Amino acid sequence: MSAAPTAPLASPTDPSQVELPAPAQPMSGLRETLHFALRNTKLLFGLSITTALLLFAIFGPFFARHGPLVYGSDLALRPTTHGGHWFGTTLQGQDVYAQFVNGLRLAFIVGAIGGGIAAAVAMVVGFTAGYRGGAVDEVLNMLTNVVLVIPTFALLLVIAAYLSVRGILTEAVFIGLTSWPWAARALRAQTFSLVSRDFVDMARLSGRSSRQIIFREIAPNMSSYLFMMFILLFGTAILIAATLDFIGLGPSNTISLGQMMQLSVQNAALQLHLWWWFLPPGLAIMAIVGSLYVMNVGLDEVFNPKLREM
Amino acid sequence: MALHVDDLRVYYRTLAGDVKALDGVTFDVADGEIMGLAGESGCGKSTLAKGLVRLDGRMRYVGGHVLLDGEELPIWDDEAMNRFRFREVSIVPQYAMSALNPIRKVGRMIHELLRARGVPANGIQQELERRLELVGLDRSVLGLYPIELSGGMKQRVVMVISTLLDPSLLIADEITSALDVSTQKAVAETLVEFRDRGFVKSMIVITHDIAVLYQVADTILVMYAGKLAEKAPADEIVSNPRHPYTRLLVSSLPEVGVRYTDKQLLGIPGRPPSLLEPPTGCRFRDRCPLATARCEQEPPWVERDGRGIACWEASAAPTAALPVAVESR
Amino acid sequence: MLTLDHVSKTYQIGSFGRGSLAAVRDVSFELQPGQVLSLIGESGSGKSTIGRMVLRLLRPTSGSITHDEGDIAQLHGHELKEYYRRVQGVFQDPFSSYNPIFKADRIFGMVHTEFFPHVSDDEWRDRLDNALESVSLNRDDVLHKYPHQLSGGQLQRLLVARALLLEIRYLVADEIISMLDASTRIDVLNLLADLKDRGLGVLFITHDLSLGNYISDTTLILRHGCVVEMGATEKVFGDPRHPYTQNLLASVPLLHEKWRREGVVGPSAATRPPEQAAEAPQLVRVEDDHLVAAD
Repeated sequence: MSAAPTAPLASPTDPSQVELPAPAQPMSGLRETLHFALRNTKLLFGLSITTALLLFAIFGPFFARHGPLVYGSDLALRPTTHGGHWFGTTLQGQDVYAQFVNGLRLAFIVGAIGGGIAAAVAMVVGFTAGYRGGAVDEVLNMLTNVVLVIPTFALLLVIAAYLSVRGILTEAVFIGLTSWPWAARALRAQTFSLVSRDFVDMARLSGRSSRQIIFREIAPNMSSYLFMMFILLFGTAILIAATLDFIGLGPSNTISLGQMMQLSVQNAALQLHLWWWFLPPGLAIMAIVGSLYVMNVGLDEVFNPKLREM
Repeated sequence: MALHVDDLRVYYRTLAGDVKALDGVTFDVADGEIMGLAGESGCGKSTLAKGLVRLDGRMRYVGGHVLLDGEELPIWDDEAMNRFRFREVSIVPQYAMSALNPIRKVGRMIHELLRARGVPANGIQQELERRLELVGLDRSVLGLYPIELSGGMKQRVVMVISTLLDPSLLIADEITSALDVSTQKAVAETLVEFRDRGFVKSMIVITHDIAVLYQVADTILVMYAGKLAEKAPADEIVSNPRHPYTRLLVSSLPEVGVRYTDKQLLGIPGRPPSLLEPPTGCRFRDRCPLATARCEQEPPWVERDGRGIACWEASAAPTAALPVAVESR
Repeated sequence: MLTLDHVSKTYQIGSFGRGSLAAVRDVSFELQPGQVLSLIGESGSGKSTIGRMVLRLLRPTSGSITHDEGDIAQLHGHELKEYYRRVQGVFQDPFSSYNPIFKADRIFGMVHTEFFPHVSDDEWRDRLDNALESVSLNRDDVLHKYPHQLSGGQLQRLLVARALLLEIRYLVADEIISMLDASTRIDVLNLLADLKDRGLGVLFITHDLSLGNYISDTTLILRHGCVVEMGATEKVFGDPRHPYTQNLLASVPLLHEKWRREGVVGPSAATRPPEQAAEAPQLVRVEDDHLVAAD
C-alpha cells in the first residue's frame, strides 16, 4: 500500500482534495516487515543454521544404521564408513551418529513442548495480571515470585526420586512449568502499558468483553514481542534440558545431547581424546541455541523501526 | 543586538528523504526583548528552539548563520557549542519538568549539573536560594524529590536552573502547555520577572497559545510550515494582523465572553503541507482565501517599521479587504 | 435524562490500600438531550473521573447515576450494550484511541458486528456515508487508512461519526480538542454545537474556560472533586461568586486585556492534596439557575 511521494496540488478553492504525500515508511504492515526481514543478516544467518539443524534432526535418523542405545559388536571407536559409524562409536560400542540425530530430535521436541508450555503459562498469567490489575495482579505476582525462586534442581531431584522412568515429555513439561516467570513479568509490563491506552476503553464502549479485548486488541499489538519471546523460551528450554541431562537428571529411557556429553565425560573421553563423542553434541547445542538467539536479535531489528540502520 | 538569525535552515533526516522543518528564517531579537514564537504543530518552532542550542541526531544543519552578541554560534558543532550552552544560550525544553531525575533530590541534581558545567557550587548557592525565593519557592525545595513537587513548582525550579548563569538568551519551549491555568499565569509572569531583573537579556518564548504570548511578549513572530509568516508587536498581531494565516488564526480563538450562539467562529480548512516535499511558492496558498497566481512564487520577507510579513497580497492590500474567520449570527 | 445523584468516587491507595483519595465528592447534576453541560476544572479536579463513571468504565463509590430512571450500576451484558447505544465517549488523545496496528475504519466494523449484526453491508455503507457527512469528512480521505496517516482532527471526527452511527443521545467529550491545533479546534467544537442543535446531549469536559464558555448551556466548576459553582453559563461566567471561579477567570490569558500583575505567587511548601474536609461543601442557590458552594 504505497502512495506517490510527490502529489499534485489541488486548486486553493478545494482544500479537501489536496492529496497527502506518503508518510516516512515506503510500505506498511506485512510487506514492510518482510522487506526488512529479508535484508537482515543476523536473521538470515540464525534462521539458516536453525533450519539446517532441524532438517538434519528430521531426516538424519533415516540414515542411521543402528539404534542409539544398541551395543555394537565391533568396537569401531573412530569415525569410519565401515559399519556405518560416521561419527564413530562410544566406548561401549554405541553408534554416536545414531545417538546424535536422536538427541537432536529430542532437543527440538523439548524446545517446542517446553518452550510452548512456558509461553502458554506466561501469556495466561501475564495478560491476566496486566489487564485486571488490583488483587488479581497481586496474587499472580506472588505466584510468579514463588515459582521464580523455587530451586529447580532440588525439585527435579525429588521428582526423580519418585518416578522410576522419566521420558522426554516429563522433562519438557517440567521445564515448561518452571521457566515461565520472567516471560510472565515481561508480558505483564507490556500489557500494563497497552491497557492504559484509550483504544482499550473504546473497545469496551463497543461492547467487547475482556477476553475479546485481550486476544483481539492487546495480543496482536504485541505479536512481534510474543514471537520473539517464544523463540527465547524455545532456546532456553533446550539449554536447560542440556544442563539437566548433563548432571544426570535427564530422561531415563533415551539418549539426548546433554546425556551424550555426560556419558562422554564420565567415561573420560576428554582424557582419552575421543573427540567424536563429545564434540558433536556440544557443538550442536551451541549451534541451535546460539543461532536462535542471533535470530532473535535480528528479529528485534526487523520489528523495531528505531533499531534499523538508516 | 542580542540575537541575529540569518536564513537558518535545519532539516530532519528520514528514510523517505529530508523533512524541511526549518527552511530559511531570518529575524532579530534585541536586548531586553521577549519575542514570542507562535505557530501550530509542524511549523518549525521547536526545530528552531532545538537548533539554536543543540541539534539532536536526526537533525541536519543545512545553512544560515546565528549571531549572539556579535559572535557566531557554531550550532553545527556539538563540541564547540558546549562553551555557549547554559552560559550564553539556555533552554527550558518542552516537558522539562518531567525530565527531572526522579531519584535525585532537587538540590543534589543542581549541584551535579553545576559541577558538570565547571561552576563551583558554593559560590553560587546563595544566588540559587535567592532566586528560588524570588519565584516563590522556599529553599527547602532543594531537599525534596521531584515527585513531591507540583507541576508549577517543577517548572519554576527548571526555569531558575536554566537562568542561573545569567545567559544572554533564554529559549522557553512550550513551558506553560502542560500547566493549569492559574499556574500558567504564575509561570508566565515569572518569565517577565526574569527579564525585568536582568537575569536574562533576551528571550524567545515558544508556544501555540497566542493569548499567553499577548500577555508576556513584546513581539510576536508567527511561523507556518517552516517559514516565517508575520512579525509585529504583540498588540498589533492580536488587534491588527495582516497575514491571512495570522488573521484566520487569531479570529478562530474563542475568548471568554464569546458564545457560539452569538458569533460562530470558523477554523481554517485543510492541513499544513507535508514538509517532505513542500510546495513551491507560498506554503499557505492551498488554504488561503486570498491566493492568486502570483502566490506560486515565494513571497519575500518584507520588514518595515517593526513589522514583517511574507505575503504578496497583504503587503499591498488595505486592511479592510483581508479575511476574517467570524460569522455573526 | 442522565442524572448524577450525590456521586462520589474514592480510591484506595498505598500498599494494601491503607490510604484513600477522594477523586470525586458529592457531585449532582442533570443532563438533557439537546443540552451541553461543561465540567470545568484543573488537573485533579475529578472531571475525567466523572466522565468515565458516566461511561461505566468506573463505578461510583457512593451515589448513583441514572439513565431514564434506571441505575446504570445495575447494567450487565446485554443491558450494558443497550446503554452504550445511547451513551458514548470520545477521549483526549486521538492517536491513543485507535489500535495502531489496524486501519482506522476498523472502529466502524466493530460497531457493525457488535451492535448491528443484522444490517446488510450495503445498508451499512449508506449509514456510514451519512455519518461521515454529518462530521464533514470525505469518505475517500479517511477510509482504508492507518491512524498515523490521518490528522488528529480527522481522527476525532471519525470517533464522533462512530458515536453517531449508534444513534446516541448523550456524548461524553473528555478534553477532545486539547490535543488539536488551534485552526482545527474550532471546527470540531462547531460540530458539537451543531449536533447539540439536533438533539444530542453533550457532557463537555475541559480545563479551558473559553471553550466551555463558547459552547455550553450549563457549567459546573470543579475543584478537588467538589462542585464549587454551577449554573447557566452566562451567570457563572458573567457573575462568578465563588473566589475560586473568580481566580480562574482572572488567570485566563485574554486577547484584548492584560493580566493584572500581582507579583509572583505560588505555594512555598511541597504540594499535597489539601486536607480534605469530611464533607463536601453545601451548595447554596444565589439566584435562579446559579448555585455556589458555601465554604
